[in-house]
Amino acid sequence: MNILPTNNNAADTLLKIASWISGLFILLFFGYLLFDITINGISRIDLGFFHNTPVNAGRQGGIFPMLISTLWILALCLCIALPIGLATAIYLAEYTNEKQTLTRFIRRSLNIIAGVPSIVMGLFGYAFFVIALQLGFSILSGALTLAFMVLPLLIRSIEDSLRAIPQSYRLNAHALGLSQWRIIFQILLPIASQGILLAVILSIGRAMAETAALLYTSGYVMRTPDSMMDSGRSLSVHIFDLSMNVPGGEQSAYASALVLIVLLLMINIFTAFISQIIVNKSIR
Amino acid sequence: MKTTAIPAHLKAVPDNYQVAPSASQLPTHINIENLSLIINKQLIFDSLNLPVYKNHINTLIGPSGCGKSSLLNCITRLSDYNKAKVEGQILIDENNILDKKIDLIALRRKVGMIFQKPVPFPMSIRKNFSLPLKEHGIKNRHDIEEKMEQALRAVGLWKEVSSRIDSSADKLSGGQQQRLCIARVLALEPKAILMDEPCSSLDPIATAIIEELILNLKEKYTVFLVTHNLAQARRIADFVAFMWYHDSHGKLVEHNHADVIFENPSNPITAAYVQGLTE
Amino acid sequence: MKPPTSLKTSVLFPLNKDKILLLGLRVLAGLSVISLLFILFYLSKEAIPVFKNIESIKFFTDKSWHPLSGEYLLLPMIVGSLLIMAGAMLFSIPLGIFAAILSQFYAPAWFANVMQRLVEILSGIPSVIYGFMGIIVIVPLLARFEAPGTSVLAGVLVLSFIVLPNIVLISRNALSQVDAIHIDNAMSLGLSRYAIIRHVILPQAKSGLFTGIVLQSGRAIGETLAVLMVCGNVVQIPGSIFDPVRTLTSNIALEMAYAMDDHRSALFLSGLLLMGVVLIIILVAEKISPRENTV
Repeated sequence: MNILPTNNNAADTLLKIASWISGLFILLFFGYLLFDITINGISRIDLGFFHNTPVNAGRQGGIFPMLISTLWILALCLCIALPIGLATAIYLAEYTNEKQTLTRFIRRSLNIIAGVPSIVMGLFGYAFFVIALQLGFSILSGALTLAFMVLPLLIRSIEDSLRAIPQSYRLNAHALGLSQWRIIFQILLPIASQGILLAVILSIGRAMAETAALLYTSGYVMRTPDSMMDSGRSLSVHIFDLSMNVPGGEQSAYASALVLIVLLLMINIFTAFISQIIVNKSIR
Repeated sequence: MKTTAIPAHLKAVPDNYQVAPSASQLPTHINIENLSLIINKQLIFDSLNLPVYKNHINTLIGPSGCGKSSLLNCITRLSDYNKAKVEGQILIDENNILDKKIDLIALRRKVGMIFQKPVPFPMSIRKNFSLPLKEHGIKNRHDIEEKMEQALRAVGLWKEVSSRIDSSADKLSGGQQQRLCIARVLALEPKAILMDEPCSSLDPIATAIIEELILNLKEKYTVFLVTHNLAQARRIADFVAFMWYHDSHGKLVEHNHADVIFENPSNPITAAYVQGLTE
Repeated sequence: MKPPTSLKTSVLFPLNKDKILLLGLRVLAGLSVISLLFILFYLSKEAIPVFKNIESIKFFTDKSWHPLSGEYLLLPMIVGSLLIMAGAMLFSIPLGIFAAILSQFYAPAWFANVMQRLVEILSGIPSVIYGFMGIIVIVPLLARFEAPGTSVLAGVLVLSFIVLPNIVLISRNALSQVDAIHIDNAMSLGLSRYAIIRHVILPQAKSGLFTGIVLQSGRAIGETLAVLMVCGNVVQIPGSIFDPVRTLTSNIALEMAYAMDDHRSALFLSGLLLMGVVLIIILVAEKISPRENTV
């Protein structure tokens, strides 16, 4: 927020008007959007919505199987992405510096993966995980594909948290003869733990919003998966199906959308909360 | 590295240092021989020859930028992390510690280092000790506590912190933190302790406490202290080595007993420096 | 505890925990890089067969897209993707930048905060939901003007709304990162608010803005489901903004399920094409501002 002089001239007034129009438009339009979803969705939501299975192609009933699938895909995705992401971030932060070509190469590769359209990623996931590795349409295929997509964000955030730790800790630790293993796991990671948590939460949010990549990897069928080799429909795919293929499914689509938005909202709030703690801690 | 303009009549005479004549029979703990340091293709100091005498307080004085801190880093091989190229030898107990085969963990246990700004780990006081002790093979909780108490008593902190061993080390004052860092090093039972301007970020009272501690330390340990503070060197040093610039890198100009350096230095630059004329 | 007697390591066991750690880290980190190359490799592998049987010129000169009859005209879909992306950016860039200017310079702090929170939430909302709202609201609305409603315009509008929150966020970020020194200098020279914004802040923020916008257009061209839901999916070069159209991304999503052999390869090819576009976009973004955090 910059405080600038307010000598009004014609140009300033014009800019002011243009800005206010844009800002109000955004506020009102999107506010209305959220409002509309809430109003239309809430009527359909009761406790049963969460633990019932869909009936009549989803027009009635609940979203239980979709919730389970979504949760499972997310959890599995994290289990895969976190170790690799953590290791890569640690390697980048502790063993390389910005000027090396290796670092820039890794960073560029990650940026490119981050930019790949999700449907293309879905294509890859389909060709490789579903067909070539014969995992079929499954939670696992979906989780693997999603892990790829989430990796760049995870790595970058964790790396930033580690690089933010002052060098003096490392120097002192080395001077005491501590091994690199101990320094990383017993000093640096605990210090960076909140930043890492933040990174994880952000990745969950990103993964939860993914749809196109899951269409051809985790499947379309509305059943509750029993194992990770089963296929399952995520919540976002469910919304897609309801709006495109199920006439009369709007009510359920609204409700599902509302649930998804609320979940993302909670993640958002949690993220802000943790960030605030981090900020508070750094002011000592 | 900043280069102070050297008045014409004070140009350093290179390779002119004198081993303290009567001290040359004293046992040396660390022997720095012909040491040169290059970081990022820049020469920091050149051909340093310096004995560090056992169980004495050896100090290194000189203007900033001569490479004094870098020298300390070489002794603990912390220079490895700066992509530094070190030439020459540093002998400790007949081993050249610049050799690739040296066990760095054992080295850093024998030679402890205290930094300018106290950096306790952001954890409990107990953890600050248990982490290095565990690394060096002491896993028993009882042993750890014993060593921690011993070390804290040695620096005079035990009474102040014994009731809050498990609270965060961050909450201590600057002087207390530095004493904690010293205790942390003492707990490892080193033979030599290097100190890089340990009092420069502390207030005068905390400084006095630490100086008294250093004086007590020389009984059991060899101390090598880098300081900016000439008054401090005057107060506690046994031997003083003086570094100055030569062609924009550092060089050892004179090395002798403390009173010789301060009362009757051989080199005119040394004389000017300790009089306070050039800094 | 006995004091260590020797400083030398045992020559027999130079391997210690730290070396193993480094190795492990290198392996896992290497996986990340290899993944990218692997994705490229795999997509290419699946796309290559199409070149064996079909000359590339057909992608541009065939009569239509009917793979089952051997027609592989990709051109309308390329046009569709570009049109919708361009339209969406045209719409949302000015809106987004003005809104950011509002937040940063004109609005009271509480308003700016509300908008910031709102935009942060919005940028995380899945595009499916925007597509859904497009079907519910925008398409019927447009249908009243001119059937069928599912059209280029619908796609442009929906995509704009998807991209808009991100543009606001990026613009706000770019504006706020302008060094205060420049602003202070300008103020002490007595420049008016408009002048400061126009001649000092905007030029300084240009690279950040450009990078962000360029990256968003990459995301826009990669958007699949929302445009699929509202564009009508007819393979044609649209004559007016009310005509239905199909994008490359929607094409893949629609036909993946039943595509075989050459048809499938052609879809992979369009996937590669998209990736190529994104690659160029990222390289451009890196050129504009090499230190920008693009993830």
